[in-house]
Amino acid sequence: MSTVITVPQSLDDNTFEQVLEQFSHAVDHEKLLIDARHTRWASPYGLTALLALGHARADAPAGFTGPEAEDTSSYWQRAGFYRYAEELFELHGTVPRTRQGPTDSNVLLEITPVEKSDDVHAVVERIQTKSQNILVHELNLDPQATMRFAMTLSEVCQNIVEHAGARGWVAVQTYRWRQRLLGRRVVVIAVCDAGIGFRKSLETAQGRKLSDRWDDAMALEDAVIRGVSRFRDPGRGQGLAGVRRYVGKWDGKLSVRSGSARIAIVPSWDDDVPLTENLPSFPGAQVQITIPERVEAR
Amino acid sequence: MIQHMDVGAVVLRNLCGLYSNLVTRPTGKAVRHAIEERLADRPVPSLTIIDFSEVGLLDFSCADEVVGKLLLHYVDDQADAYFLVRGADDHHLEAIEQVLERYGLALVVIDANGGARIVGPVDDDSRRAWHEVQSRGRAAPDELLHHVGGPREKLVAQLDDLTTRRLLLRTDDEYIALHTMM
Repeated sequence: MSTVITVPQSLDDNTFEQVLEQFSHAVDHEKLLIDARHTRWASPYGLTALLALGHARADAPAGFTGPEAEDTSSYWQRAGFYRYAEELFELHGTVPRTRQGPTDSNVLLEITPVEKSDDVHAVVERIQTKSQNILVHELNLDPQATMRFAMTLSEVCQNIVEHAGARGWVAVQTYRWRQRLLGRRVVVIAVCDAGIGFRKSLETAQGRKLSDRWDDAMALEDAVIRGVSRFRDPGRGQGLAGVRRYVGKWDGKLSVRSGSARIAIVPSWDDDVPLTENLPSFPGAQVQITIPERVEAR
Repeated sequence: MIQHMDVGAVVLRNLCGLYSNLVTRPTGKAVRHAIEERLADRPVPSLTIIDFSEVGLLDFSCADEVVGKLLLHYVDDQADAYFLVRGADDHHLEAIEQVLERYGLALVVIDANGGARIVGPVDDDSRRAWHEVQSRGRAAPDELLHHVGGPREKLVAQLDDLTTRRLLLRTDDEYIALHTMM
């Protein structure tokens, strides 16, 4: 018996829940096939979360069939998806060939693995050179935004190094958001891993008393809202606090999914809910930051 | 004894990498240890200028290790070591300020024009007292009373607190601004 997971036509943080819903019904020892043949578009979150899903099944690699549409599959190739997918999945069908040449200008950071501190340094170096023009000239953010953006990226990537206990992936892309924000341009950072997640990470804190209500949602509230860390060191927990402040300054959105819950700092332009519980359980943490173009400066 | 600490150069020397960005905790920890090592055998009182001119990016985690834990160590131990920050731009200061808030610490920062100011949580009266000393270079409490007002005991307590927090240096009867040691 095998279970087939159908990837939606448009794959983002919302529709990825459909993938996880199907994934939650898959039986461990059964063969798993991920079918993305009809997928036409994927956000950085969609692509990095797919890799995290592959990582979660590393013991029994799932089969994977990529998009049939040539422009989609070639974009996934350019974004770096297949470079890591071939380590995590049994790839079926045609895998687009790697082409040398300039990368897509909308891809600020192609999918990059993050496992150790050096990886964070590499990510920061790469993003600084590429992001300035887009952040300042296309999103109308102030010139200091480049540094703050890199700081944000650094902190969310360090979350993997410090807490995930496993490899994760980061990707940054800019696109025009047609469904919302009246087609304004956005920059999206996605950082996904299938590590231990926030709840387990906080449970490893020595002497921590867990309340009766202790669950993934409460762990997310502690970490994201209250800046609690598994380390007793009072300096810990500042990274996400800083990220939250910057995202607020940019009128951006931060969402963090871990286990069976998802927390979001929701700006006025979005109608998401601040806390979602009872989602299909999935290991690790999946973070998305969306920064919209500033219209006042136009 | 004045020690000039170019943190950009410390990064290069100690991590043998090409990082001009101060990001991640391990990097910050390595830089802090290097600074502490250099300060270990210095005569006291010592003034260390932490220079960020050559630093590209400073993230919150690294700022916590380089600035927060460094200061905490010397303030907690009441060691005769003082620190000034210079060459820091707005985003460096945002990270530093957040860290200082967290620990309730403060630092003197020299801006590009050579002006000095306190960064970190310090109440308005104490800031005023600090500015008065800063503008004179050194002063006894009685010289300042007329300018800051209030009872003498309160002023002395504020100045002593600023000294404990390593924002002023104290001799027997005077309080000295850190920049005069440069």
